[in-house]
Amino acid sequence: MEKRKNLRRALSVVAVIGVMLFTVWAERHMDAFQVRLIHMWGIYVILVSSFNLIYGFTGQFSLAHAGLTAIGAYTVALLTLSPEAKQVSFMLAPPVWPISVVQWPFVPSLLLGGLLTAVVGFVIGAPALRVHGDYLLITTFGFSEIIRLLLCNVPGVCNGAMGLKGIPKNTNLAWVWGLAIITIFATKRLVDSSYGRALRCIREDEIAAEAVGVNLSFHKIMAFVFSSFFVGIAGGLLANLLGTVAPSTFKPDLSYAVITMAVLGGVQSLTGGVVAAGIYAITSELLRTIESPRQIFGINYPGMPGLRALTFAVLLLLLILFYRRGLMGATEFSWDSVFSRVQRLFGKAKSGGEEA
Amino acid sequence: MTFDFFVQYLANGIALGSMYALIAIGYTIIYGVVRLINMAHGDFFMVAAFLTMWGVLRLGLPWYVAFVLATVVTVCVGLLAERIAYRPLRKVKISSFIGATSVSFILQNFFVVFFTSRSKPFPHPEFLDRVLKFGTVSIPVVTLFIMAVSAILFLLLSYIVTRTKMGRAMRAVSKDLEAAMMMGVDPDRVIAFSFILSTTFASAGAFLWCSRFPFVSPFTGVVPGLKAFIGAVMGGIGSIPGALVGGFLLGLAEIMLVAFLPSLTGFRDIFAYLLLILFLLFRPGGIFNVKVREEKV
Repeated sequence: MEKRKNLRRALSVVAVIGVMLFTVWAERHMDAFQVRLIHMWGIYVILVSSFNLIYGFTGQFSLAHAGLTAIGAYTVALLTLSPEAKQVSFMLAPPVWPISVVQWPFVPSLLLGGLLTAVVGFVIGAPALRVHGDYLLITTFGFSEIIRLLLCNVPGVCNGAMGLKGIPKNTNLAWVWGLAIITIFATKRLVDSSYGRALRCIREDEIAAEAVGVNLSFHKIMAFVFSSFFVGIAGGLLANLLGTVAPSTFKPDLSYAVITMAVLGGVQSLTGGVVAAGIYAITSELLRTIESPRQIFGINYPGMPGLRALTFAVLLLLLILFYRRGLMGATEFSWDSVFSRVQRLFGKAKSGGEEA
Repeated sequence: MTFDFFVQYLANGIALGSMYALIAIGYTIIYGVVRLINMAHGDFFMVAAFLTMWGVLRLGLPWYVAFVLATVVTVCVGLLAERIAYRPLRKVKISSFIGATSVSFILQNFFVVFFTSRSKPFPHPEFLDRVLKFGTVSIPVVTLFIMAVSAILFLLLSYIVTRTKMGRAMRAVSKDLEAAMMMGVDPDRVIAFSFILSTTFASAGAFLWCSRFPFVSPFTGVVPGLKAFIGAVMGGIGSIPGALVGGFLLGLAEIMLVAFLPSLTGFRDIFAYLLLILFLLFRPGGIFNVKVREEKV
């Protein structure tokens, strides 16, 4: 048993190193389109895992992901932009004091982005103590929209609806996937701990959970804060990937995109989330090329704007009607299942050999 | 601020409020009967506006014929959505919300794909463009038209809900679904009827709204839909008088905010959302303190 455990651990380490080496290789040798795709995949993985923690494992449905991502993205964007760039890009009003002078390196900005988003997540999670179900999702939706509208209306802090431009592009594949792996591991550890059991208990039945001594407010808030921290980091990565942020990026559509991925993968499965995020990223980029107008063999192809959103809306409806379990349901990837599969494969091969 | 300005703002506020109230009624009827936040309501509104525009511009129909046809088609769209997306999910809470949201996105983006997202002028009847002068106060005819039509529709609704058999069945289902079923009420019929009512009101609201703000795009329904929803929550979602009062108050409050504190105009949506959150947190029953039917597990 102990041997198995060590083997599993070793395999995990090898897999992580493998992924990281792949990202370094991909950055150098793949074309821009593929690199962008793998970037978005990683960022979606962080967003989906954190959504699964709140909805899949704790049972609190939140529509605040778009607003929280915006907080992370804007914080990191404002911290990494140079003061000169800010003076140029703030057209409506000059930047206010602390923002006009700061410039931080990437890593501390990312951390602060995460922490600040966690604080906002605390504020957004607090209503979960009072309201449930429909009311909670509307409350979180309201918070998310308030954040977006504030970004549009405070020109001195975030340049209003024009957004920020010229953000240094610090994000690379290694950062994105490193942080995605950390998110998955941290979430998995949390879910498997005694805290995680308490969270599942809350999901199944709040009254029963309280009766057996689970501290409802502590655990709910913890889930929100924990997940918001990673959402903020994903936002920061996004800002430093795109080089621009604008309030229109953080419309409720973003929250629904995350929900689509989570439902597709299975809301209680982190593995499913990773797979679904990949499918979503690929489909999304492919549909984007179909959407955009261009010339094919001299014929003007006008493009089909809205096709992407329409496809995903239909997909979400079909999923929720016929495939609510998602790809993975509540099962996770584990080395043990790989072992048994490999054993079965070899066993079969052996027996096949005997027959021949 | 002079008195005539105040009267004008008041008239605008009442007009906006009555449109919010009309749309809010659509939300509240559905919530009262099915316990579903129909996120696609604003998009039924948009569909009605689009079809009316089409009827007038493409088919050359007079506006009232176009409006009636558009309403009929919108009702069919609503019933179709109910049959396909809402009915199978009625028992699963969060899923039904996601289903409704998907319907909303499908409608919006269907129109974006096939009719582009540009906004087009809405062909409203010309007599609405005139302005009436009462001494120093000038009020556009469209404002008065909105108030009159809303008043008639409210009376009609209260007649349907309180005096007809179907209305009684609706109230029964909203109070206690199982008891109503035991009394021989067919919930599917009642729910279908409430969707007919709700989409009809959305269609009327769309016509009035687009006469006042004469542009149509696939996203026309989003803002009025959300505002009306906030109005419905303020009044107490599930209650028809609540939707009326909530919608009116929100419309008036918005116009008065713009009138008295013009510097905060950009913040008016933020205030609306704040009101929504505060009501949900501290008075989920709304102004009328509506008691929500407990779902039996």
